Amino acid sequence: MKIAVLIKQVPSSEARIRVAGGASVELADVELIVNPYDEYAMEAALQIKEKVGGEIAVFCMGGEKAEEALRTCLALGADRAVILRDPAFAGSDVSGIARILTAALRPFSPDLVLCGKLSIDSENSAVGIMVAELLDMAHASVVTQLELEGESKVRVKREIEGGLEELEIELPAVLTANKGLNEPRYASLKGIMMAKKKPMEVLDSSALSLAADAAGSGASKVEITAMEPPAERSAGRVLQGEPAEMVGQLLQYLKDEAKVL
Amino acid sequence: MSRTILIFAEQRAATLKRSVFELIGLAQDLAAGGRVEVALLGQGTGALAEELARYGVQVHHCEDASLAQPHSDAYVAQLHALASELSPGAVLFTASAMGRDLAPRLAARLDAAFLAECLSLAGAGDGFEARKSMYGGKVFATLKTKGNASLVATIKPGAHAAASPAAGGAVRAVAVQPPAKVRAKVVAVHREETDTVDLQEADIVVSGGRGLKGPEHFHLVEELAKALGGAVGASRAIVDAGWVPHHYQVGQTGVTVSPKLYVAIGISGAIQHLAGMRSSGCIVAINKDAEAPIFKSADLGLVGDAFEILPLLTEGVRKAREGA
Ligand SMILES: Cc1cc2nc3c(=O)[nH]c(=O)nc-3n(C[C@H](O)[C@H](O)[C@H](O)COP(=O)(O)OP(=O)(O)OC[C@H]3O[C@@H](n4cnc5c(N)ncnc54)[C@H](O)[C@@H]3O)c2cc1C
Ligand SMILES: Nc1ncnc2c1ncn2[C@@H]1O[C@H](COP(=O)(O)O)[C@@H](O)[C@H]1O
Repeated sequence: MKIAVLIKQVPSSEARIRVAGGASVELADVELIVNPYDEYAMEAALQIKEKVGGEIAVFCMGGEKAEEALRTCLALGADRAVILRDPAFAGSDVSGIARILTAALRPFSPDLVLCGKLSIDSENSAVGIMVAELLDMAHASVVTQLELEGESKVRVKREIEGGLEELEIELPAVLTANKGLNEPRYASLKGIMMAKKKPMEVLDSSALSLAADAAGSGASKVEITAMEPPAERSAGRVLQGEPAEMVGQLLQYLKDEAKVL
Repeated sequence: MSRTILIFAEQRAATLKRSVFELIGLAQDLAAGGRVEVALLGQGTGALAEELARYGVQVHHCEDASLAQPHSDAYVAQLHALASELSPGAVLFTASAMGRDLAPRLAARLDAAFLAECLSLAGAGDGFEARKSMYGGKVFATLKTKGNASLVATIKPGAHAAASPAAGGAVRAVAVQPPAKVRAKVVAVHREETDTVDLQEADIVVSGGRGLKGPEHFHLVEELAKALGGAVGASRAIVDAGWVPHHYQVGQTGVTVSPKLYVAIGISGAIQHLAGMRSSGCIVAINKDAEAPIFKSADLGLVGDAFEILPLLTEGVRKAREGA
């Protein structure tokens, strides 16, 4: 089985994100991690390879530190890593990112593409599903259970409001991973040593044979025009004292201010 | 500028999602006198088509066995056919499990601009402008479509007031072409046995955290939620501990909610939890530690023991509701 995993490098969820004025954020000193949902995708790929064999390639469109994220994936057991990087990619909208990843995936012709349900920085829940469309593959999103059925099918459960939806999917397919799919492992010392010898390529626009109008700000149909920190919530009241008294005040608040009683 | 807006009327088991009426309201604003078209896909949904038409919109009723379940291949093919016929300026979905699954695929097929998880959406010149959260709610971004690109967008529940009934609606029965191939088939839906309200759409959310000490006490949270007519949420700590299923989780790696009232009980207020509830109308926190960070984000905080407060509170709410 040929498995592709899409890995995005994102600021740690603990990181302080400062708006840098205009439509950007200051990320210079921010700790970068593998997007948490992509870790579930990576673990799923490793488990499938353990079961049926095959090859895992990880793909990341990212900046100077993307090597670190992909080295981690190689240490976990990916066979090779591909970084997509070109100044011309700057300003790509979510569709552009999907087109760039698709161009890299096509020559690999994966049976299964695994990615995260959402990137915790852009919060779009879209890239994997768009890649499925561009590659003309089936997809299932927000997958929390995954089972291979022979060589050409997978059975998955995906999270929906108040329950789970069970699907049967023909391969090739794209699956977007949710928390709960598995417990991501840590890299072993041996894995970290072996990762150093595994291939890591960096491909630019021309290596991907991407048309000039396929990605980058010129190709984007959407642009970010402003970024701002959330409005500060004005300091509220904090009550201390006898439970019955506090509850009395809270009930009054629910009636007069929250207007729910 | 007037234009045509197409909305996806999400339904499951022949029940419309409440936010469909919010999408109609939003579409009426965006259309600015242009047409609001509604795509209703499914099987056994005749009554829903009539219900929608009472809101003054043109309902395109796509009724077929191949649409009985939300198979992405079949649904996207049908929506693509409708969009090709109607050439809408925008196609709107709710940012729900179903909407998030279908919208990006349709956007790619139409080569449209895509805006995800919109907290608001408005016309801006020939295009559209939206606001959305990024970086786990630490940043709010404004995004614009360029030129007169057509748009596909997912809209957060609560982003717009629901439409009111209006005259002038109609239902058109669409001849459905079953898709050539359905590669992703929904074979079963496993529902939680619950009579509680959908977390993402609820006006009131009551969430519990590790301060409740153990799963055997979580009923205290559920009872308050029930008395208030709200949904039940949870912190990640107790989801990870296995007290409640993952879909209860509010926060960066769970659901984002923005109800009128959010009540956090025994939750410390970690930044990842705040990311999922910070934009709520009113926030009430109950925590026995006066230093808990949740109090910095709460409009009203109660420093005290949840085990003493909750029974009194639930009782008080019940009485107030009965009296009303
Ligand atoms: C990548 C990442 C993603 C995350 N995503 C999420 C997410 O989506 N959602 C989320 O919630 N968390 C998330 N977290 C975890 C988050 O950092 C916190 O660990 C978690 O929210 C803590 O849950 P808690 O408040 O229930 O528990 P605790 O932090 O242990 O707080 C329990 C609180 O209960 C109070 N308490 C104790 N006894 C009582 C009592 N008798 N009465 C009243 N109060 C009492 C205590 O004072 C304390 O404040 C994430 C973390 C990471 C690293
Ligand atoms: N730049 C990128 N490089 C590799 N994978 C990505 C990139 N952006 C998004 N993805 C994948 O797509 C998923 C969803 O991202 P998003 O649509 O941004 O929420 C992520 O979890 C990743 O698996």
